[in-house]
Amino acid sequence: MTSPVRKAAIGIFAAAFALAATGSTIAPVSAADPGVTDTEIVLGGTHPYSGPASAYGNIGKGIGAYFSYVNDKGGVNGRKIKYIDKDDGYSPPQAVQLVHQMVEQDKVFAIFDTLGTAVNTAIRPYLNQNGVPQLFVATGASTWGHDYQKFPWTIGWQPDYQAEAALYAQDILLNHPKAKIGVLYQNDDYGEDYNVGLKRGLGKHQDQIVKMASYETTDPSVGSQISTLKASGADVFLIFATPKFAIQAMVIAAQQSWHPTIYLNNVSGAVPFMNAAAKAGGLSAVNGVISTIYLKDPANHARYAGDAGMKLYNEIMTKYLPSADKDDGNYLYGVSIAYTMCDVLKKAGKDLTRKKVMDIATNLVEKDNPWAYPGVMIRTSPTFRYPITQMIAAKWLATDWSPTGLLVDTRAMTMAEK
Amino acid sequence: MHDLAQQIVSGLAQGSIFASLALALVLIYRAMGIINFAQGELAMFTTYIAWQLTQMGLPIWLAFAATVVVAFAGGVALERIVIRPVERANQLTVVIVTLGLFISINGLAGWFWGYIVKAFPTPFPTTPLQLGGVAFSAQDVGVIVVSVITLGLISLFFQKTKLGLAMRAAALYPEQSRVLGIRVGWMLALGWGLASAVGAISGIMIAPVVFLDPNMMQSVLVYAFAAAVLGGIESPVGAVVGGLVLGVVINLLGTYVEAIGNELRLAAALAIIVVVLLVRPAGLFGHVTVQRV
Amino acid sequence: MPRPNAGLLTRVAIAVAVIALLPWVVPSFLVFDLIYVASYAIAILGLIILTGMNGQISLGHGAFMALGGYVVAVLAHSAGWPYWIGVPLAAIASGVAGLLIGLVALRLAGVYLALATFSLAVATPSFLKHYKSITGGFDGMSLQPVQAPAGVPLSGQQWLYYVAWAVAGVVFLLSALLVRGQFGRALRALRDNPIAAVSFGVNPYFYKTAAFGWSAVLAGIAGGFYAIPTAYVSPDTFTSALSITLLIGAVLGGISTFWGALVGGIVVEFLPLVAQQINAAAPSVVYGVALILVMMFLPDGIVGGLLRLTYRFRRAPPQPALESSTPSAAPVTVGPQSRE
Repeated sequence: MTSPVRKAAIGIFAAAFALAATGSTIAPVSAADPGVTDTEIVLGGTHPYSGPASAYGNIGKGIGAYFSYVNDKGGVNGRKIKYIDKDDGYSPPQAVQLVHQMVEQDKVFAIFDTLGTAVNTAIRPYLNQNGVPQLFVATGASTWGHDYQKFPWTIGWQPDYQAEAALYAQDILLNHPKAKIGVLYQNDDYGEDYNVGLKRGLGKHQDQIVKMASYETTDPSVGSQISTLKASGADVFLIFATPKFAIQAMVIAAQQSWHPTIYLNNVSGAVPFMNAAAKAGGLSAVNGVISTIYLKDPANHARYAGDAGMKLYNEIMTKYLPSADKDDGNYLYGVSIAYTMCDVLKKAGKDLTRKKVMDIATNLVEKDNPWAYPGVMIRTSPTFRYPITQMIAAKWLATDWSPTGLLVDTRAMTMAEK
Repeated sequence: MHDLAQQIVSGLAQGSIFASLALALVLIYRAMGIINFAQGELAMFTTYIAWQLTQMGLPIWLAFAATVVVAFAGGVALERIVIRPVERANQLTVVIVTLGLFISINGLAGWFWGYIVKAFPTPFPTTPLQLGGVAFSAQDVGVIVVSVITLGLISLFFQKTKLGLAMRAAALYPEQSRVLGIRVGWMLALGWGLASAVGAISGIMIAPVVFLDPNMMQSVLVYAFAAAVLGGIESPVGAVVGGLVLGVVINLLGTYVEAIGNELRLAAALAIIVVVLLVRPAGLFGHVTVQRV
Repeated sequence: MPRPNAGLLTRVAIAVAVIALLPWVVPSFLVFDLIYVASYAIAILGLIILTGMNGQISLGHGAFMALGGYVVAVLAHSAGWPYWIGVPLAAIASGVAGLLIGLVALRLAGVYLALATFSLAVATPSFLKHYKSITGGFDGMSLQPVQAPAGVPLSGQQWLYYVAWAVAGVVFLLSALLVRGQFGRALRALRDNPIAAVSFGVNPYFYKTAAFGWSAVLAGIAGGFYAIPTAYVSPDTFTSALSITLLIGAVLGGISTFWGALVGGIVVEFLPLVAQQINAAAPSVVYGVALILVMMFLPDGIVGGLLRLTYRFRRAPPQPALESSTPSAAPVTVGPQSRE
């Protein structure tokens, strides 16, 4: 069992025997792909509806709402979308089992928007071995765009965390060239990706980082970390955290009378979180914070009052998820990513195969996603699989994000990284 | 030197959070000898009730008082409806029921109020305070003061009132108490009510710091367990002291011991507690019970 | 000790036959899920021996599963060792760790032990993240999916199913032999009346530590069969929720008999799936309420409840053998009652 060739040979033999014996356990890719009939396309996905990451379950609900809307409008190329969405509790083994069931039993056409880096890493080999598209995974790890040669059936969607962090680095070098930088990051793949991007963006100025403090998701609060960062003398503070800890960080910094220039990662910058921080820590906790935007924020009522996309969002939510809190950006994320999914299916045409959908998803130019920030497009090529690379930097002034400058494309940076 | 003082102060602030929930855990343990895994979730749920009341325009202190009353009634009701039927089974069954409560209350809160993180109004002033270069907030001081007041009231209740004495007797000597005419079943229910009320206080104290979401008490619960065990699981004083000590120790370990860092400070703190238990099996403030071999 | 009676042998034979035939009648995804049932059943069996028979509560057996899973994964990933070497080594590593923790556990009674072991479960993911060079950190490690050996006409999934259940059969048999004899008597005696047991010459240190060690061996094996079908390990795989799940499985299944492990394994595997069928928006509400209801109506767990029902039906008093192994005789003395 040492040489890979022998291993592969054994594998092929075993697979052949298995096929001979049971007929159908490993379905080869064929012209008539599973999950598509004349009237229906079956997609599968998993989200955490229980457990520690339940907040993200609303992404799945938003997707469901958008598909219902599309189906009521006649579906995609005459086919209705059936979305089988299950609770994985954010557990990789649970997700693997559900995905097996979806592929082998429910015969899904593709897996769409499974959530979380660990979950997606766990199911990726199985889906790629079986030639099942793993489309638009809900995580910003760079591996989805980076490792496409090994895993051609997998693709991400949102901007990758590394590119976002590199953007902050650029902004710091431009506007605060003498900055002493302090970083608060979540101690997992998510935080680590941001750190990698930051260091790459700073290049030879990495020594300007005076302190990096990590926290665990099991920490009740980040008070100790903020004290440490304050004591380091940092005057620029980067927060690479999930919303709860990001809010805490801004509030505690203000309470400790520490007022550095704050860069806040996109995930935590939604209006409700900023308002929560302002409510608890006062305006000084949030005023002047810099972050990035790539989607519209449903809680930003003033800015998007007349926006057609936001009107449609509210319409969809009111009709299909009447009791939901529309301000929760997770719903909008779901609706927006489901739009891209439908777009790809539509462009793939009436004659639908997995291969074709993958081709479309990797040759995509989508300029009209109603919930992307104005100007942000979703763009891929077979060798560049980072669908969203555009973002705009924005500064929080009093009650709202105020865009600073123009839309930035991190495409070049991401290319350089490869 | 300022750093050290600052770390100690923010450790105390964090420790007071652990202490307030540990107090509730200790109360249930004293009443019926079990660990209530749902204690944190009950506190979270009642905090949402308080939040709902403030949304309806009630001032925070009034919402606070109303919630404590609701929590007490809820605790009594839970004991009567859910715990009562399994009380006579072995204690492991009761533990599983509390785990069931934990899981369902967490799901229920998410279902009712969603998972988006909410700001909870603090009952204390928000202006930052400074003392000799060490920064802290009125909130931090408030939590410690409220914990100590709660502790004082509970001690008075158990030592000076008839009801309190009856509750202790019912917990320690159920059979004899029954003979003496104490309604043991109701005493247990009152114990649950009391613990829930204390839990509600802790939730309302904690929420302004950690922010309100359905999972806000889960990490606190782990530390509260540790604090209670460290102090001695039957000792309310121990719970408070244990919480404060734990808060300071994890901060200092995380900040000053390079090999531990923030990553392993929970593990290190837990290891310390196990060592304490090996030396003093009943915790710092617990009475040494007869050891079963 | 009593020789296995005919009724028991019949039940075991039926169970074996059902397990052997299932892959040919149920859909392939269910075969896959049943591999996890085997893993859970093995781990829960360990808890039944430790907690049910010896009265030591562990809320940390997920940590031993983590150790087992990572031993298998690290050996396969970095050294290319096959799983059939990895799993036995996982059992040994976990067993050694279990003996060490068992020694510490000697000093901790009841609730203190429960919380100390829970601490272990809580700290496990941090350790897995911290020792990146060995464990792959938070990214975890991907593993090769199992293939059936050449010449075996089974799919990899079916092959793994049979291997997992064969291993489960062996550890159930070994455990049965172990607890039917002197060992089991000593464990129960230490649980029910420690002072008497010691005065009759039962060495509590030896037996309690050994029980801990053996239950950790089982958890280590279970961890291997948790990691292999997933073909991936990461800190998120072995959170404290896993340890709690195992205890829930043991008590829900029935902590007084080995059958409880089988039933418990099935319950913890499929209850979450059933729960989300009932209420997709809030599956945990259904799950939690189900737990409470089962405990209210079947405080001895599902197997205990079934047994009681059968006896009532036959109008015969429960056999003494069952009674003595039922935990309602307060096996876990925690709290005020134990105070002198």
